[in-house]
Amino acid sequence: MKRRMVTGVAVGVAAALALAACGGGGTDSNTDSSGGGTTTAAFDAANGKVFNPSDKKGGTMKFAISSDWDSVDPGDTYYGLSWNLARLYTRSLTMFKVGAGSTSSELTGDLAEGLGVPSDGGKTWTYKLRQGLKFEDGTPITSKDVEYGVSRSLEKSALVNGPTYFNDFLDLKGYKGPYSSKGQDNPAIDTPDDLTIVFHLNKPFGGFDYFAQIPATAPVPVAKDTGVKYKEHVVSSGPYKFESYEAGKGFKLVRNDQWDQSTDPNRKALPDGYDVTIGANADDIDNQIIDGSLDVDIAGTGVQPAALSRVLGQPDLKARADNPLSARLNYTSINPNVGPLKNIECRKAVEYAADRTTYQTAYGGPEAGGEIATGLLPPQIPGFQKLDVWSMGADNKGDLDKAKAALQACGQPNGFETNIAYRAERPKEKATAEALQQSLARVGIKLTLKPFPTGDYFSLYAGKPSYRDQNNLGLMLNSWGADWNDGFGFLSQIVDGRVIRDTGGSSNLSVNVPEINTMVDQAIAETDTAKRDALWGAIDKRVMEEAVILPGVWAKQVTVRSTRTTNVFVNDAYGMYDFLAMGIQ
Amino acid sequence: MVAYIIRRLFGAVLTLVVVSMITFGIFYLVPRWAGGTAESLASRYVGRTANAQQVADAAHGLGLDKPFFVQYWDWLQAIFVGRDFTGVGPAPVHCPAPCLGYSFIGRNPVLPDILDRLPVTASLAFGAAIIWLIFGVSTGVLSALKRGSIFDRAAMGVALGGVSLPIFWTGLVSLVIFSYGLHWTKPGGAYTPIEVNPGEWAYSLLLPWITLALLFSAAYARLTRAGMLETMGEDYIRTARAKGLRERTVVTKHGLRAALTPIATIFGLDVGLLLGGAVLTESTFSLPGIGKYAIDAINTNDMPKVMGFVIFSAGFVVIANLIVDVVYAVIDPRVRLA
Repeated sequence: MKRRMVTGVAVGVAAALALAACGGGGTDSNTDSSGGGTTTAAFDAANGKVFNPSDKKGGTMKFAISSDWDSVDPGDTYYGLSWNLARLYTRSLTMFKVGAGSTSSELTGDLAEGLGVPSDGGKTWTYKLRQGLKFEDGTPITSKDVEYGVSRSLEKSALVNGPTYFNDFLDLKGYKGPYSSKGQDNPAIDTPDDLTIVFHLNKPFGGFDYFAQIPATAPVPVAKDTGVKYKEHVVSSGPYKFESYEAGKGFKLVRNDQWDQSTDPNRKALPDGYDVTIGANADDIDNQIIDGSLDVDIAGTGVQPAALSRVLGQPDLKARADNPLSARLNYTSINPNVGPLKNIECRKAVEYAADRTTYQTAYGGPEAGGEIATGLLPPQIPGFQKLDVWSMGADNKGDLDKAKAALQACGQPNGFETNIAYRAERPKEKATAEALQQSLARVGIKLTLKPFPTGDYFSLYAGKPSYRDQNNLGLMLNSWGADWNDGFGFLSQIVDGRVIRDTGGSSNLSVNVPEINTMVDQAIAETDTAKRDALWGAIDKRVMEEAVILPGVWAKQVTVRSTRTTNVFVNDAYGMYDFLAMGIQ
Repeated sequence: MVAYIIRRLFGAVLTLVVVSMITFGIFYLVPRWAGGTAESLASRYVGRTANAQQVADAAHGLGLDKPFFVQYWDWLQAIFVGRDFTGVGPAPVHCPAPCLGYSFIGRNPVLPDILDRLPVTASLAFGAAIIWLIFGVSTGVLSALKRGSIFDRAAMGVALGGVSLPIFWTGLVSLVIFSYGLHWTKPGGAYTPIEVNPGEWAYSLLLPWITLALLFSAAYARLTRAGMLETMGEDYIRTARAKGLRERTVVTKHGLRAALTPIATIFGLDVGLLLGGAVLTESTFSLPGIGKYAIDAINTNDMPKVMGFVIFSAGFVVIANLIVDVVYAVIDPRVRLA
């Protein structure tokens, strides 16, 4: 799962230790024909279209975030904001197109001239690099630098944060990476010449172009690789390079004079630089953006509760706000291995009895919380279909008659008792657990709330099969965001039963159906995009029919545009403002 | 006097050892009470592709499978001789002495990070301390001398408000008013190091200083007022006046000097505490100091960082106590004999 920032509640240090909308699109009355956007400030003016289009260069963009993310090392990062940001100082083999709406979910070549060419039934993928590519020191970028970048990202004991797709899909034949398999060549990657790179997979995979957009495919010069310390001196291949980097405090990016616009049709590189502040107060970030002294909250998770009512209540501020839908599902896993929930009829009773409106309210309502989900796949992901597997009743408040009938069929006409697990530090999950407790009680299903520490939720508690089964965790709150907007990027880690590990740690808490696993294999191997999308859509429906997941809300957030920025739009691939396109007016 | 200082030094070291043992005990025991094992604790640092053997190797290399006192001894020893960690990453990781811990999330030793942030916290603490000392004490003296007046009542009312209002509220409100409304002060997070530009340094810290000083001034004003009221009623003050001394001399040389003794004590402790991290102020004003470092460490569950912070902060408090004890002994020889 590509991670996103979760706003934590400020934690006090113990004294003892111290001692020792309205919605609606914007009007396009002042549309800029060249950019296909609008200059008229309105609610959602940058959602699906470009707000304030301009090609003006210059100025320094000011970014801030309340807490640090995993790393700026392209081979060691798994945050959506980080992948969005990395495009400023690195270039990967492919990238999502820079454009508003669904355009930003389409892939195009970045270092590569175009998308990959599959052969051997999708087990081999070949990319041709553009000519004239250079690192920030003027050294030419070759296919070997890309190979090294990918190879070092395999070293998960050192670079622990990035995704494991290359570990899982490349035909590595025991190769572990340049640190552990010193002196060995990566057998899964060939570089027949300086501009060609060939990936050999251990099984066919039709969507390899999505892997190729991961920042780990950014080139890294062998001589400059300092392992876990590389994040302190990332060598740029993009339009900007690091002028300074202070861990946990921030960094400055300035223009990379070795970047050549003629080799890069995707970037305009409008600002002269970027100041990124890490560790700013979250409420203060909102105030500064409203004031105009800050441009973007790069967490992209929306304004804090303190600013929310102000932004939605003041017309001038609301006209500067957007309400994008993220490719993220907040849901509840239903454990089919405990008590009455082993019977699908009892699981169906949970699906029917849940009040989705209170679920939505617990997450913050229709604007700050999200849209009531009817299935797993969010609407912006190809293959999405609006499902109606289990009736939500009138006004989405639950269908109590069907719930009672299901309980009868389950042999539990008076309901049953089970536990609901959630992450203690997440107030929205606590509120959701309480909302479900109330709504399921209407049919006699009694829930006992079981909070667990966030850091160990998946490794020790809900994510560990033995613990959740022995402790009768019938319902477990969960949340999942797409690595990218396709069926594999969203579903593979939460519906494939083979990712569940006895030792814990998997986000898949409840789905382990052999038939679904087979369907996943079919979808992965399919190289025809349309057929592949349809297969993932079918998987979504099949999972819902098992009643092992209770969908909650597809996440939305309220974000505010700065008064100084141009070319503002929500990038659907990252579910936040596109950092690459913005300029200063 | 030398024997007294040695006694106090010994006590200070003992206090630090006890604090470190308690803190280490909390971080050692609490995860285990929650069901954590050496392997599950190590699994946080080895990446998602690690197999059971790699996790076990990491648990062993980090010493997580050792008994409490062995782990504590390893930690303590590292302060003096440094430490090598194995099993996490392809190569051993070295934490040079004095090693207060090594963050396997940030992949760096803890102490250099804390020292890097110390100037921010020190700038905040000393600047605010000067302001609150000047305003707090002078307000307290004037209130005592004009007891019952409108000034006294107003000052004590404001002081009560200052003590009562939490800094995360006054901080955010003052930012909204003075930084974003009136644009008189810098926005949050606008810290400039003193060596870069002293003027900008002071300007960037002006609002945090004033906000933090408001909190402390209030307590100092009330304390000074009470001390002055008591002192100014003493016989020797009457004698001083009877001698014909000027009122200013009576107040400053005889009254205030005696009333300041408890103020000096609490001042030392407050500055020591703040140097150990002004957690709320730094978080509110987005200042990258030690307190903010601690909050970030807690939020990311980075226990070596939290442990290092606690020991470092405790060190400041213990040193401040030591200084206060010594100063007391100088002021009042009876303390040395106690």
